[in-house]
Amino acid sequence: MRLTCPLCGERDLREFSYTGDAVLCERPAPEAGPEAWDAYLHLRENPAGVARDLWHHGAGCSAWLVVTRDTVTHAVIAVALADAP
Amino acid sequence: MVRLVARTAAGGALPQTIGGLTLAEHLPEAITAVMPFDGQEGAVSDDMGMPFPAPGRTSEADGALAIWAGRHLALVLGAPPRSSHGAISDQSDAWAVFDLTGPGGAEALARLCPVDTRAAQFPPGHTARSLLGHVHASITRLKDDRLRIMVPRSMAHTAIHDLTRAMGHALRSQSAG
Amino acid sequence: MRIAGRGLVDPGRVIGFSFDGRPYTGLAGDSLASALLANGVRLMGRSFKYHRPRGVMTAGSDEPNALVTVGRGGDRRPNERAPMVELFDGMEAVSQNRWPGLGLDVMAVNDLLSPLLGAGFYYKTFMWPRAFWERVYEPLIRRAAGLGALSGLPAPDVSDKVFGHCDLLVIGAGPAGLMAALVAGRAGADVILADERDRMGGRLLDEDEMLGGAPARAWVAASLEELDSLPNVRRMARTTVTGAYDGGTYGALQRGAPGAVHHSFWRIAARRAVLCAGALERGIAFPGNDRPGVMMAGAVRRYLHRHGVAAGQSVAVFGNNDSAHRTARDLHAAGVRVAALIDTRPEVPQYADYETFAGAEVVATRGRLGLRGITIRQNGRERRLRADTLAVSGGWNPAVHLTCHMNARPLWRDDIAGFVPPEGAIPGLGVAGAAAGVFSTHGALSTGARAALAALSDLGLRATMPDLPGAEDAPFAITPHWQVAGRGRAWLDLQNDVTTKDVAQAARENFRSVEHMKRYTTLGMATDQGKGSNVNALAVLADATGRGIAETGTTTFRPPYVPVPIAAMGAGASGAGYAPQRFTPSHGASVEKGAPMIEAGLWYRPGWFPRPGETTWRESCDREVAMVRNAVGICDVSTLGKIDIQGPDAAAFLDFVYANRFSTLKPGRVRYGLMLREDGHVMDDGTTACLAPGHYVMTTTTAAAAPVLKHLEFVSQVLRPEWNLRLAPVTEQWAQFAVAGPRSRDLLNALLDDEIGNDAWPFMSCGAVSVCGVAARLFRISFSGEHAYEIAVPARYGDSLFRLLVALAEGLGGGAYGMEALNVLRIEKGHLTDAEIDGRTTACDLGMGRMVSPDKDCIGKMMAARPGLRDPARERLVGLRPVDPQAPVSAGAHLFNPGDKAERVHDQGHVTSVAWSPTLNSNLALAFLKHGPARLGERIRLVDHLRGHDTLCIVTDPVAFDPEGGRLRG
Repeated sequence: MRLTCPLCGERDLREFSYTGDAVLCERPAPEAGPEAWDAYLHLRENPAGVARDLWHHGAGCSAWLVVTRDTVTHAVIAVALADAP
Repeated sequence: MVRLVARTAAGGALPQTIGGLTLAEHLPEAITAVMPFDGQEGAVSDDMGMPFPAPGRTSEADGALAIWAGRHLALVLGAPPRSSHGAISDQSDAWAVFDLTGPGGAEALARLCPVDTRAAQFPPGHTARSLLGHVHASITRLKDDRLRIMVPRSMAHTAIHDLTRAMGHALRSQSAG
Repeated sequence: MRIAGRGLVDPGRVIGFSFDGRPYTGLAGDSLASALLANGVRLMGRSFKYHRPRGVMTAGSDEPNALVTVGRGGDRRPNERAPMVELFDGMEAVSQNRWPGLGLDVMAVNDLLSPLLGAGFYYKTFMWPRAFWERVYEPLIRRAAGLGALSGLPAPDVSDKVFGHCDLLVIGAGPAGLMAALVAGRAGADVILADERDRMGGRLLDEDEMLGGAPARAWVAASLEELDSLPNVRRMARTTVTGAYDGGTYGALQRGAPGAVHHSFWRIAARRAVLCAGALERGIAFPGNDRPGVMMAGAVRRYLHRHGVAAGQSVAVFGNNDSAHRTARDLHAAGVRVAALIDTRPEVPQYADYETFAGAEVVATRGRLGLRGITIRQNGRERRLRADTLAVSGGWNPAVHLTCHMNARPLWRDDIAGFVPPEGAIPGLGVAGAAAGVFSTHGALSTGARAALAALSDLGLRATMPDLPGAEDAPFAITPHWQVAGRGRAWLDLQNDVTTKDVAQAARENFRSVEHMKRYTTLGMATDQGKGSNVNALAVLADATGRGIAETGTTTFRPPYVPVPIAAMGAGASGAGYAPQRFTPSHGASVEKGAPMIEAGLWYRPGWFPRPGETTWRESCDREVAMVRNAVGICDVSTLGKIDIQGPDAAAFLDFVYANRFSTLKPGRVRYGLMLREDGHVMDDGTTACLAPGHYVMTTTTAAAAPVLKHLEFVSQVLRPEWNLRLAPVTEQWAQFAVAGPRSRDLLNALLDDEIGNDAWPFMSCGAVSVCGVAARLFRISFSGEHAYEIAVPARYGDSLFRLLVALAEGLGGGAYGMEALNVLRIEKGHLTDAEIDGRTTACDLGMGRMVSPDKDCIGKMMAARPGLRDPARERLVGLRPVDPQAPVSAGAHLFNPGDKAERVHDQGHVTSVAWSPTLNSNLALAFLKHGPARLGERIRLVDHLRGHDTLCIVTDPVAFDPEGGRLRG
């Protein structure tokens, strides 16, 4: 598998690590309540199709990336910097 | 008065020559990490006296070489720059710096690094953060026949082991092919 | 039998080798198989299950029978396929899976038992008793059935892993591949041309064929010369592309030159690829079709044209397509006797003067260790013929394997009686030539060129269709013929000994799905992955179940296409190449002092520093602890993670990532911080120093250095991208040493350029100092509980400073201390490490609940407030001291109330850290105990069932030594 890092260009999978659903970007407000926090930490979709995940380019530029990917075909649709989506 | 004695990262392990390739330790005057604050790349460039390098590129001025080394990060090899527009940290001793000189350096690196470092694809002035074996590294092409490799100082000996092994294998494949 | 004047071998270079201890000679350019055939050796192996005598069947990597062991000692390599082994001087090859020898193999008794050993035999027989599965049946089966054995000696780590990159990867260098490489190379693309054979040219080297008005070999030579003149084309012979993976990544195994024991395993990132892997010839399942001497018709041609070897002296040919006729024609032209041509089709061409039987089939073979004759049936009449070799062609299977590696299913084509790859099976991979079901030479050249043009267009390169040399363009004529009815066993999978009857039996027992049949019979599960047998087997299954072949479908081809030695995949990963070794600045000096090294993650840290007269680690450790408590000790703490944090929002950032507050920390001060995960558990702890307004340096535990940096980057980039700050790891920049003990300040003042005092340097202060003229950082912090400092200098001075510090400490009655003493000191003080911060503990569990600041948000705050995580009944940190100070304590032991049985249901907690405290003359432990802090003074049983410990302890505060902390402020 290869990902095209917006800073480094196309790179081998081994430079990256996977963290999970990009829902982690949307941290609830402290007062959002237990349901919102439970959902944020624990509840995940498991789509057959397009998924948005967080990856870290740890062996490269150390950017956090949002990778849009098709879980059925493995096609990588887009890679964006997490702080500049 | 007692004096502290400086040791280099490679100690006495380098230089080593295998076939036409030589691996030598390079000792810059200083290595300075420059990280411009948000929106301050221009101001930092002015302070550095050269453009803050674009991702994957180097820039040069007055004998100092700025190597792009990650998100918002350049490592300046040479006289330490000063700037109040970014985070500056002295990393002169954080890195072991090696120069791999001779024809076919990319063939040796191909044993360790998943990035294409052949001169046609990775010409002088190009740089990459990637892996050297298991070790995080910065790899820069200085000239057609010279690559600069930087690894964390504590892993200098692993990098020397891996690089010399790769140089031997590159030589073997050249003589076989 | 060698045919003079034929083949690409060098008659002037004779090569000596041995097979099963007997000396033979071959020629440069021979494979082991061709050289053995030239010497009249046909028996090359014994089959996996029944130990049937077997000869070489193919001339390529699909060989199922002729598996041999090559080399000796640690270089010994089992299961090499004889047609792929290039002959070299002095080669020692031996056959496998036989005892005492190939000719007489006592395990051939299995063959007599074969009626009992059919499909599903293992599943039905070795069911009971269950205890026999691993101890009796498996070793028995493994000994009886098998492949070659490893030497058991350490293998020399000579192989290699390589990363490759290209615009276009051309897989296979036959007519299609060569044409594709020429078109792409001329257009300037960065091309890798990989072919698994030692010479490129593919089928063009195996046939007597004209191309562009000249022998095809001349065109091959000219093409290779042109490719070699192009700097943008890399040719990789002896290279099998083994797998296709996501994103245009391909695995490839490159063999060394003849005699070399190394491989190179390539990972090639290709923007585009063309599969030109050709087709594999398949057999026909007729009774006795496994006799040595029965071979594929195309292989017979390859041995003749490539190696100048006739497979036999009297060759019969049997087939259902024109490949059989080519073999008969070429053998005849080379002066080899063609005993007969048997074609299942009613109307067949006649190329030369040999006996031809149309509408006929082979129904039996004769010969014990080699073929002596065959029986054919034509119009219901049987007839016996003498022949020492039978060349068979049941058709050609396009080499679709790589196209299946990402789950695509091949499509059945009736006209060629074969499976072809579907469109787009692998993104970016085109298919040309025989691999796409295009069997003529002209078709290969034109589809190869077109596939290259399509790839070039994708790559944005311009090229036009070249003029193709005139080439053979005959239509492919085949009438499917899968099996021949008759007495005796007809083999499908020669490597795993599966017959047509086994497949029929599987169908009868309702294993009708092709995937079930495969597993029930083990068909296609040998190292050749059923290259020669799969299609025939599913045709037989289709027959047995009354379905069509397309409906029956195929099993899944998975990587690797050929076996890949583990030594190639793991090349370089032994010894010093196994994992990076991180050495501290004091490493050399510590080794000189005889300190044994302990691996801490990738770091090597000294365990203790033995002194003359000390015979156990405990003696050294106890002395080092006493040194620190009574004088001064020196310890390298450079391994702790150090992260430089700067920026206008750095203080807000620290408030957010730490549970406690840092925005109130003044320059020149240090604070202990507790870092939570978002789920409310503790992630790490450490100190952070404020060097200047908006400039901090955070320390992490050694183990958490990388994860904490990643976490901080996550918070900075993902959760708070609007905050303006920068993070820089600076662990490697600094050599940092703990100077700990009542004499620590005396020691430093002997060294620092400006003396320090208690008022200017109180506990938890930090600042810049100068040591021997070198700018340094000094932190007054303590992990040992003593009056202590950590001094940091640029790493280049670390060795020198360490030696100096140790020498000065020794002058004050102290010295260097290692990890063991460090651990004892911190356990005496109840300080935490990753033994306590194990990912499951909360701030409350650790007695630090009040550190979670109530008046600011931070990572983990919401979840840490969950009632379940604040329940006082949770296991919480306490100290333990055995009633008998010498009684054993162990980490991992569990705690029970004195009256309870030591069983899981009564579990009260567990022990995380233990030490013998020379300071308190007692064993000590840190433990997590239910309701812990409320139970101080209670008695509890410490039970370790593994080590047999059962120790009565008193529950104490975690801080066993100097609970008031007076020594810190000294």
